[in-house]
Amino acid sequence: MALNLDYSFLTADVVRHNIVPGFEYALQLTLVSAGGGIVLGTFVALMRLSSIPFLRRFATVYVDALRSIPLLMVILWFFLLIPPGFFAAIAGDFGLAHRPEFSAVITFTIFEAAYYSEIMRAGIQSVSRGQVMAGYAVGMTYSQCMRLVVLPQAFRNMLPVLLTQTIVLFQDTSLVYAIGAYDLLKGFQTAGSIYNRTNEMVLLAAVVYFILSFSLSMLVRRLQAKIQIIR
Amino acid sequence: MIDIKNISKWYGSFQVLTDCTTTINKGDVVVVCGPSGSGKSTLIKTVNALEPIQQGDIVVDGTSITDKKTNLPKLRSRVGMVFQHFELFPHLSITDNLTLAQIKVLGRGKDEALKRGLKMLDRVGLSAQKDKFPGQLSGGQQQRVAIARALSMDPIVMLFDEPTSALDPEMVGEVLDVMVGLAHEGMTMMCVTHEMGFAKRVSNKVIFMDAGKIVEDCASADFFGKPEERSPRAKDFLSKILQH
Repeated sequence: MALNLDYSFLTADVVRHNIVPGFEYALQLTLVSAGGGIVLGTFVALMRLSSIPFLRRFATVYVDALRSIPLLMVILWFFLLIPPGFFAAIAGDFGLAHRPEFSAVITFTIFEAAYYSEIMRAGIQSVSRGQVMAGYAVGMTYSQCMRLVVLPQAFRNMLPVLLTQTIVLFQDTSLVYAIGAYDLLKGFQTAGSIYNRTNEMVLLAAVVYFILSFSLSMLVRRLQAKIQIIR
Repeated sequence: MIDIKNISKWYGSFQVLTDCTTTINKGDVVVVCGPSGSGKSTLIKTVNALEPIQQGDIVVDGTSITDKKTNLPKLRSRVGMVFQHFELFPHLSITDNLTLAQIKVLGRGKDEALKRGLKMLDRVGLSAQKDKFPGQLSGGQQQRVAIARALSMDPIVMLFDEPTSALDPEMVGEVLDVMVGLAHEGMTMMCVTHEMGFAKRVSNKVIFMDAGKIVEDCASADFFGKPEERSPRAKDFLSKILQH
């Protein structure tokens, strides 16, 4: 079977109008939900390691629940269950007009926090008990000890894994296609359907995802060697 | 200055400390010794409440550590502690290790903290290392920085938890020298250590522990000078440790 690929329609204009906006949104979605997910995930990790049973319990249920449901379902559920008024409240008319995009950002933040929290938990546990003791011994409170001693070391130990998870997150943004958010894949797909060249564009989308993710992975590998704390 | 009153501690059902009582006065240099697993390190960590106790009370400079109203971080900021494994903060430079708690805990200004920190670093003879990171120093140097870090906080008492046990033999001396200097300056010190030479020369009081109990609590001169008056367990320990 000949594929008969024809990319002649793909001009700079098409890229600018259809694909670049999708790429920008995918990038925003990745960065905002990675940032939010890491912050939220760090709190969840601290709760999971807390000595207060209620907090521990809550965090465990949060993580287990979200890790047991496919992301696609969470995206759909969130989009369908949250009333439009919510988006109007946080971003006005702009929010209403971009409901799928906003919904996806919130969903991804909440969902990825579950994964980031497990990474941060491992990171926090990689810092020795003696470091915590030393922090307390010089008079730090729990929060000072975490902020100044434990978390900086945990982040450093876990940075490569956090970044790798973020690359996975970037690939997963393609799932928001399901609720009609205009992401990178949707950009390719839209251009493809306008010019009746869907096969070409889906193929190209895969190549673009691969090149971006693979080169980022390589960068992470380089970084890993650089940032290790001298012991 | 430190009153340890009838304290007991359990890890689950295992009792690590049984009814320990002792007093440390201002200017005392107290050495805590005994076989491993006897509860020495646990005892010293209860003094600044790093290890909680289930019975009894400890009063440090008039403040009870079991009182719910006691601000433990504040109390700990006045009690210097040196650990077996140094526990310098590996992600911070030596200078930052020295100034961090001064700034964040004591609320000192950056310049004041730096001045105080560098003075203490000079005191332990490591001024040249101020811009390095802990991982770039030898064990003995790290432990001396750890002592300088504790001293920067202007502590009323210094606790040493086996400060030389993790060191290569040739580095033990440099750390002990710093400790001897401190003792001669009149610093109140409580040291868990196996360095019996240090105990003999510098300490004025020895606490000997076995199986979570304080078996001996006497003047150093008596502990080393009158072995015939010691309990059988302490005699046995001394004979093993002093025969070489």
